Formats: sequence, C-alpha cells, structure tokens
Amino acid sequence: MSTVQTSHQQAEEPLDLIRYQLDEYIIVKLRGSREIKGKLQGFDSHCNMVLSDALEYIYNENDDEPMTKKSEMVFVRGDSVILISPIIE
Amino acid sequence: MLFFSFFKTLVDQEVTVELKNDMEIKGTLKSVDQFLNLKLDNITCLNSAQYPYLNAVKNLFIRGSTVRYVHMNPNSVDCTLLQDASRREAMVQAGK
Repeated sequence: MSTVQTSHQQAEEPLDLIRYQLDEYIIVKLRGSREIKGKLQGFDSHCNMVLSDALEYIYNENDDEPMTKKSEMVFVRGDSVILISPIIE
Repeated sequence: MLFFSFFKTLVDQEVTVELKNDMEIKGTLKSVDQFLNLKLDNITCLNSAQYPYLNAVKNLFIRGSTVRYVHMNPNSVDCTLLQDASRREAMVQAGK
C-alpha cells in the first residue's frame, strides 16, 4: 500500500467525519452539562451546526433524569460544542 | 461564511435566540453580520420573570459570541440546500 497522496486523494480530516453525518442523527455534547440529539442539516469549520428534529437534554446534579426540550429546527453555535458522535441504533 | 448566508435567508423571520446565560429572546431577525451578531426587532423575553429589565426593550443587538442556540421555523429552512452548501464549504476548507 502506497501512502503517497495525490491532489485528488486528500488525507481524511476530522471534519470529514462530520460531513459523513449530514442528514443523519447525531448527538452533540455541549458546555453547561447539555447534550442535543438531532438530524444534522448543516455545519461549518467552527462546528456551528443546524439540527432538525432536535431533543436537548440538560443534566442537573440534583436530578437523576435530565430535563428535555424539543426543537424542530435549531442552530447551535460552535463554541459550545465539546464532541459530536453518530447515533448507532 | 455559510451560516452568515444562512442567517441572511432568515431575515424578517421570527426566531428565538437562547443566550449562554439562559436568557431566551423571541423576535424578528432584522440583520446579521459575519460574526453572527444579530439584530432583533419586536422582542419578547420568554423568561421575563428572571429578566424584567428587558420588558421595556423593543429591539436589540446581540453579540454573536453570547448565543447558544437560535431556534427557527423549520418551514423557512431548505434542508437539501443547506446540506449541499455544507458539503461545498467542507470541500473548500479541505482544499486550503
């Protein structure tokens, strides 16, 4: 196996993994003990995102169950994002 | 620049902005710039019990960096267009 790259074969970048998740459900861990699940409709290199059919979970140390909030279409600012993961059903 | 263009398509639509201090402000999006600073008109604060000083405010400027979420009407978003634009933006970024 050659490891030489041509201009057509770019090295896989971390952001490519987000690109593969377009139109798929993802879970995003955010600052402030929050997570948001939703279908990825758009993103950019700052990890700004638009999620549809989203469900936000807010964890509170006093409660066992997180508080949930629904949103049909939401823009998430990238500076709150900690990690993004595909949802494996 | 993708989300700058995206927000420009939402101008004159009703949006709800959630800030990092948990304040939620609903209003008509009047303008946006490259930092995703927002100008809203006809605002109402959804948790006005906590922030009564916003009751008298009718329009405001929000510094983009303080925004956590912007909720919008799903009918005003063209999902296929946004997905394609994201792929294109990712290609451009990869080429740099």
